[in-house]
Amino acid sequence: MLIKTMFSGFGGQGVLSTGQTLAKAAMLENKHVTYLPSYGAEVRGGTANCTVTISDKDIASPIASEPEFVVALNQPSFFRFQNLLRAGGFLLYNSSLVKPASVRGDIETLGIPSTGLAADLGNVRVSNMVILGAFIRISNLISLKLLLKNLPDILGPGKLRLLEINKKAFQAGYNYIKE
Amino acid sequence: MNKQLMYGTYAIGEAAIQAGCTCYFGYPITPQNELPEYMSRRLLEVPGGVFIQAESELAAINMVLGASVAGARVMTSSSSPGISLKQEGISFLAGSELPAVIVNIVRGGPGLGNIAPAQSDYFQATRGGGHGDYKTIVLAPASVQEMADLTFLAFDLSDQYRMPALILGDGMLGQIMEPVVIPARKKKKLPEKDYILTGARGRPARLVKSLILDTRQMEDHNWKLVRKFQRVKQNETRWESFLLEDAEMVVIAYGTAARIAKGSINRLKKEDPDIKIGMIRPITLSPFPEKIIRETAGKVSDFFVFEMSTGQMVEDVKLSLEGRGTVHFYGRPGGVSPTPAEVARIMARHYPQSKSTGKK
Amino acid sequence: MKKVYSRPKSLKKVPMHYCPGCGHSIIHRLIAELLDEMSLRETAICVPPAGCAVLAYNYLDIDMVEAPHGRATAVATGIKRVRPDNMVFSYQGDGDLAAIGTAETLHTANRGELISVIFVNNAIYGMTGGQMAPTTLAGQITTTSPSGRNTKTEGPPIRVCELLSTLENTTYLERVAVNSPANIKKTKKAIKKAFQHQQKKTGFSLVEILSSCPTNWKMDPLKSCRWIDEIMVKEFPLGVIKEVKC
Repeated sequence: MLIKTMFSGFGGQGVLSTGQTLAKAAMLENKHVTYLPSYGAEVRGGTANCTVTISDKDIASPIASEPEFVVALNQPSFFRFQNLLRAGGFLLYNSSLVKPASVRGDIETLGIPSTGLAADLGNVRVSNMVILGAFIRISNLISLKLLLKNLPDILGPGKLRLLEINKKAFQAGYNYIKE
Repeated sequence: MNKQLMYGTYAIGEAAIQAGCTCYFGYPITPQNELPEYMSRRLLEVPGGVFIQAESELAAINMVLGASVAGARVMTSSSSPGISLKQEGISFLAGSELPAVIVNIVRGGPGLGNIAPAQSDYFQATRGGGHGDYKTIVLAPASVQEMADLTFLAFDLSDQYRMPALILGDGMLGQIMEPVVIPARKKKKLPEKDYILTGARGRPARLVKSLILDTRQMEDHNWKLVRKFQRVKQNETRWESFLLEDAEMVVIAYGTAARIAKGSINRLKKEDPDIKIGMIRPITLSPFPEKIIRETAGKVSDFFVFEMSTGQMVEDVKLSLEGRGTVHFYGRPGGVSPTPAEVARIMARHYPQSKSTGKK
Repeated sequence: MKKVYSRPKSLKKVPMHYCPGCGHSIIHRLIAELLDEMSLRETAICVPPAGCAVLAYNYLDIDMVEAPHGRATAVATGIKRVRPDNMVFSYQGDGDLAAIGTAETLHTANRGELISVIFVNNAIYGMTGGQMAPTTLAGQITTTSPSGRNTKTEGPPIRVCELLSTLENTTYLERVAVNSPANIKKTKKAIKKAFQHQQKKTGFSLVEILSSCPTNWKMDPLKSCRWIDEIMVKEFPLGVIKEVKC
C-alpha cells in the first residue's frame, strides 16, 4: 500500500495542519509517512498545499507524480489539482466553497459542505477537520477510532483546549459520508 | 526519545543538541530559518548554551571558529548564498584544523536564485569551497531520520579528524516531516582536544593558526591535510545500495534526487517486473564512494546520474569509472523538483535496449 | 642593587621583527607587563589581526588564535561566550577593525561582548605596503591615495571611539598614544582599565592607540612621534571618550 494525498486550499484554511494531522495519526498507527508542504512557485497566488504519503513500506519519493486523492478546500485548488490526480483517483472538495464545474471524466468526485457543517458546530475554523473526517471515511487510510484516541498527542499540549471541537468535527465529517 | 513527526531542520537541531552541541551562530536565510529558530529555543535549556544571531554569515562562521577553538561543539547553518559568505571561515577552520558542523539547506542559484530545493552547491561543498588546498567532510542525508543520524556523525567525524563537516541538504529535506527517532548520544572514543585555548595555566601557551609563511612548512601542512583526508576516505566513506545485485543499469543520485529516483525505479518495476535497475546513493559526497562505483562497472555498463543541478556529481561518477561504462545524465536545475514519473520516463529511455523485456 | 627593569614573563625572549620606531613593540610590551602585573597570563586568550601584528603570537606567551582579516571580534565573541572566565582580547589595526571588520566591530560592541579590544591606529596599511586606511588623514599621501586622501570621494578618517560611543553597551572607550614616555604610561593605564572593565563585566571596552609607522609614513622615528603630536592628535583627540563607572 502506497497512497499519496494532496490537500490544497487558501492559506489560512488550515491546509497544512490538516495534512500534518493525517500524517501524525498515520504515524501513530505505525505506518510509514511523509508530509511535504508546498513552497516555491506553488505557494504563490494565495494557495497552500501539502502532500501526505502513507505506506506500509519505506517511502521512496515524498513528491507525488499522480496522487490517489486530492482534497480541495477552495475553487482554484479544485481546478488546478484535479489535473494531477491519477485516472480513477478521488477528488473530495468543500462544497460550501467549491462549484464542481469542468470535472475530468475519469475520476470520482464528492462534495461535502464542510464550512457549513463546521458552522453548525459553532466554529467555522474546524472546517478542515470536518473534511478530514470525511476523507478518513472515504480513504480508509487510518482509523477514526485511533485518531480520536490519539488526538491529545496529535494536537499537543498547546492545543488541548481544542480537543472537543476537533473530535466533533471529525465525527461530523465522517458521519456525513456514512449517511 | 519516542518516534515523532518532525521537520528535517528540527531533526538536525535536536540531534545537534543531543550530540552535545552547545553553541549555534547564524544569520537568517530562507529556506532554513526553522533551524536557527529551533536552536534559539533549545539552547536556552542547555547549560552553557550559546545562541547568537550574528550580523552576517561572515561573523557567524568566525564566532563558530572562536567557539570551536575554545573547545565547544558548535554548529552553524545557512542556505546557498549564505554558505558562499561562510567560505572564508571554512577555509580558516580547515587550515587551522578546527572542528565545526556547517549545514547547507541548498536553494536554487546562482546569485540570489530562489528558495526552492536544489543541488547546485555540490562542487562548492565537495571541493573545499573556500581558497586553498583542502577538503571537508560532506554528508548528504536523504530523509528526516538521516538528517538526525548524520548530524551525530558530523560532530563525531569533525572532532575525530579535526576538520569541518558539512551537511548538504536541500529545501525539500528541510521542510518535509517524517517520523524520526532521535537517539541518545553514543559517546564515541574521540581524541582529547589538546589544542583548545583555555588560558596557559600549568602548560605552555597554545597557538592555533593557519598562517605558515615558510613555504616548505606550508607544503608539509598541505600534504598533512591530504593524508588526513585519505584516512577519512579509507574509514568513513558511506553509501546505500539498492537492488544492485542483478542490475542492468545503475542509478546514482543523492539526497532528495535519490528519493525521487528510487520512486522512479519502483514505478518502472511495477510496470515491468523484469526491468533491472539498481541504485547507489552516496551518503558521503566527500569522500565520494568511488570504489563501489568502479567495482560495479565490472558488472554493469550503463550508469544513470540524476541531479537537481546541471550536472556536478556526474563528474565524480565519471572520475570514479575511469572510462568504464556509459554515463547518462538527467538534471533539473533552478529549484525544480521533478516527479518520479518524469524521471522514470528518462530512465526507461536510457535502459539498455538489448536488456529491455520489450514490454512498455 | 635593585632591579628596576626586566623583561615581563609574558613576553617571549625573542627579538621582534617590527620596524625601528614602530609602536607595536611598545604596545606588546605594555600588554605583557599588565598580564604579569594583573596575573592574567594564565587566563588570557588573544586574537591577533591580519596585518603586521599577526605575528604577535611570536612575542606574547599566552594562548592565541588567528582570525581572518577583520573578524577578530567575532572570533573573540565565540571564545568569550564559551569561556566567560577567561580574559579575552583582540589586537587589531585600523584596516582590520574599521574597514573590512567594521560590521563585526560595531555589532560586537553593540552586543556588549565582555571582551577588550586593543585598537592600533597608525592611519595606514602597514603590512601590505602603505595603502590608504579608513583612518588615513585628509590629504595624507599613501600608495593608493597618491594625491592625498580626498575626503569628498574617499570620506574623512573614521573616529572609531566616537562612533562606538553612541552604543549603549560600550562601557569604556579611550584614545591614547605611544609617542612619548608620558603617553606610553597613559596607554598602559588605559589598557589596564579596559581589562578591569572586562573583569567586572561592565560591557565592551576598547583602547584606541595612536601609533607610528615610520616606514610607510616615510619619516624617521623621531619625526613620526612628533607627527602624532602635531597632526594626528588634531584629527583624533586623546582622552577618555566614554566611561561607564565600573
